[in-house]
Amino acid sequence: MNAPVILDRRRVLAGGGALIVSFSLADAFAQDAPAAPTPSLPGSLKTSPLLDSWIRIDADGSITAFTGKAELGQGFKTAFQQIAAEELDVAFESLKVITADTRLTANEGYTSGSHSMQDSGTAIQNAAAQARELLVAEAARRLALPAESFRTENGVVIAPAGQRFRYGDLVARDMLHVQARPKSKLKGPATFKVMGQPVPRVDIPAKVTGGAAYIQDMRLPGMVHARMVRPPSYRAQLMECDTSTVEKLPGVVKVVRDGNFLAVVAKKEFQAIKATRALSAAAKWQETASLPKQDDLLHVLANLPSQDQTIFEQGNASVLGQKTIEATYTRPYQSHGSIGPSCAVAQLADGTMTVWTHTQGVYPDRQGIAEMLRVPPASVRCIHVEGSGCYGHNGADDAAADAALIARALPGTPVRVQWMREQEHAWEPFGPAMVTKLKASLDDNGAIADWNFEVWSNTHSMRPGGAGSMLAAQHMAQPFAVPAAKPIPLPEGGGDRNAIPIYKFPNAHVVYHFIPDMPVRISAMRSLGAYHNVFSIESFMDELADAAGADPVAFRLKHLEDPRGRDVIERAAQGFGWQKGQMAPRDRGYGFAFARYKNLAAYCAIASEVEVERETGRPRLVRAVAAVDSGQVVNPDGLINQIEGAIVQSMSWTLYESVTFDDTRITSIDWQTYPILRFNSVPDSIEVHIINRPGQPFLGSGETGQGPAAASIANAIANATGKRLRDLPLTRKKIKDAIGA
Amino acid sequence: MMTLKVNGRDHQIDADPDTPLLYVLRDDLKLNAAKFGCGLGQCGACTVIVDGKAVFSCVTPLLLLEGKQVTTLEGLGSIEAPASIQRAFMEEQAAQCGYCIAGMMMRAQALLQKNAKPTDDEIRSELEPHLCRCGTHMRILRAVHRAAHLMQTADASSVQRSAQ
Repeated sequence: MNAPVILDRRRVLAGGGALIVSFSLADAFAQDAPAAPTPSLPGSLKTSPLLDSWIRIDADGSITAFTGKAELGQGFKTAFQQIAAEELDVAFESLKVITADTRLTANEGYTSGSHSMQDSGTAIQNAAAQARELLVAEAARRLALPAESFRTENGVVIAPAGQRFRYGDLVARDMLHVQARPKSKLKGPATFKVMGQPVPRVDIPAKVTGGAAYIQDMRLPGMVHARMVRPPSYRAQLMECDTSTVEKLPGVVKVVRDGNFLAVVAKKEFQAIKATRALSAAAKWQETASLPKQDDLLHVLANLPSQDQTIFEQGNASVLGQKTIEATYTRPYQSHGSIGPSCAVAQLADGTMTVWTHTQGVYPDRQGIAEMLRVPPASVRCIHVEGSGCYGHNGADDAAADAALIARALPGTPVRVQWMREQEHAWEPFGPAMVTKLKASLDDNGAIADWNFEVWSNTHSMRPGGAGSMLAAQHMAQPFAVPAAKPIPLPEGGGDRNAIPIYKFPNAHVVYHFIPDMPVRISAMRSLGAYHNVFSIESFMDELADAAGADPVAFRLKHLEDPRGRDVIERAAQGFGWQKGQMAPRDRGYGFAFARYKNLAAYCAIASEVEVERETGRPRLVRAVAAVDSGQVVNPDGLINQIEGAIVQSMSWTLYESVTFDDTRITSIDWQTYPILRFNSVPDSIEVHIINRPGQPFLGSGETGQGPAAASIANAIANATGKRLRDLPLTRKKIKDAIGA
Repeated sequence: MMTLKVNGRDHQIDADPDTPLLYVLRDDLKLNAAKFGCGLGQCGACTVIVDGKAVFSCVTPLLLLEGKQVTTLEGLGSIEAPASIQRAFMEEQAAQCGYCIAGMMMRAQALLQKNAKPTDDEIRSELEPHLCRCGTHMRILRAVHRAAHLMQTADASSVQRSAQ
């Protein structure tokens, strides 16, 4: 898959011998002028409205679907293939999907926010449906019959009298080079053949047989291997570095230095690593103590200057609370922790810098790299190739910039860079630390009368767009400044994502304290602020239910109107066997939590059973039962896989994980110093119930489980121990201290 | 120059004796399955089988491998003719990003070669050195159980064939 086939979009679109027929049927679609953004179009057709940005059919009948999104291991490449096959009425196997590439695919920004299905999936679905309509119209035109009397089947348009037209025979060169219409004749869910089926993932066979499946597996002719020598801490300055010894080491091709940017290139990979060790020893850095106190993040964040904004306000003076409780929740910096350190391959050839990267955004990455190299974006091409799972903005973009900067120094030669473990751990932009303060009152009937929620957080995205977001550009002798942080606007939000309660309260007040200063390098991590905000809200809902003497599930339903939300809560509770007044066995506890991701995407409720070992405080998730409503389901097994993964990953964040640092350096630099879940703590079972919504919009599922899983586990720990823990992660030591107290 | 036996074939390797096996497999032999994860023996992504035992190839220098049999995931089967363990992982769809999976499969394979019917606890304990960040653990466990079953079925049918 990773052969560096340089396709040119123009050549691709011209097709190989596609039939050219004159027709006017596409008049309703056709617009010669370049398409302007069209808000009324579905999904990413809004910004890329031409059908052939999404679907291409060649005269030989081969079909390609294009997406500007990047496969990150979520499996959407398979889902997109299902969608395209369904709406085109062709066999699943008869088409292929090309993912993010600045020369071939639409600009869909980042692959983030659980947007892939709703943006790209929706665009492909509608483009495929409209392409099929155009093919039918062409067949109808040829026989001078009404299009309504034709049908399609397996890549063929069939006339009322049985004449058959292969799609490849009907297609004309510019047939699909037309603007999409706002409405498509989508298939009815009852007729789906491919969508809704648990089609096996297209990428798994290569991954389990040693095929070339990742950017790490790319081998271009003449490729050399580079390794970085990163500064030992954020603000360190390279004072001196005698490179003469390193340059004489076996296999060394070049030492690249540009200010604080230091790298070595060798013919073979292990030669590069050995040379890196020597170069690292030769480099003399001056460090500055600039990091905050890791064990006092509550005060660190509360004392940084903030921009405060009330983001939700609701009042009903007639409802008064009688019993008030308050709580403060904190989350540390946490690591994406990709198993494979970031990697990129770059080559400067014929005036174009081509960068193969596992970035989440090929177009923004291209922008940043072009700015760093001081060349026009058109002379940089970024091609997405799968990497190890990233779960947000990890080192991928930085590695891409590293490779580009080194490749510029070696024109013509493909350069592969892979970070070492300690570099990924120390330099990736972490998930930001957060603080939430909650206060609420119950009325005489045990209902919430007023609700106050405040959250303190950095932004949750420092992704490229400009060069200054990338380490290489920050470290150059003429550095690019880190861009000023901006909050991500609601309704999606960043630090305030899911800060507004989905429950209905007579009085509610929500404040976002946005903190522009970033003492620790941060950016987007799976679900952004929703992880901590949902953890806080859903923990506090249990505290309030307890104060009201109510069952946690009944208490949630009492405050929730949204019928789809109620459905997932009831399904999860039922699947778990949740009973009012239930008593867990000794040292076990039951917990429940619910959220609708961003209050506008997928719904997820999770019930869990946790066991706590009294002697050590060690918690273990024994079982979890989830219910999810992600709209129309395309691949139920893919959806289940995402939710299972969300629960397990969020459990790891919630029970074990925090980035550590002293006043100068990040000190969690490997899996010993940043421990995550291992197999001895894997649950006995995870059950995922899907509530399918045929014909409803895709809602995406990649992040909906993170917050509910955290709170469900925290609530189960509280249920097991009688002690409420509010400071993430909920480690065995904290639990032991709480139950021993 | 040293002779290294990988997946049943002898290879002449021109690399320093301190070179970890991982780089020989990836860089000299162009094999993809063994992955660089940490270089520290902490994550298991680089695991291969040496003389029947699962080892971290990232911390096993070439000089220790003279005369030994190295097996990588490529040596077990292919897309066209997958081994039982590979079939099992496909059938259970036991991957998300999949970066850790090849290493997991090699340790599971080594386990199943010496213990054809491991209990769930034995599988969990065996896989303890391996990290998965996507949270695919439940499927990985199911896939190892399925592989055990497939291997037994395959053994039984080959016994039947040879008896006929």
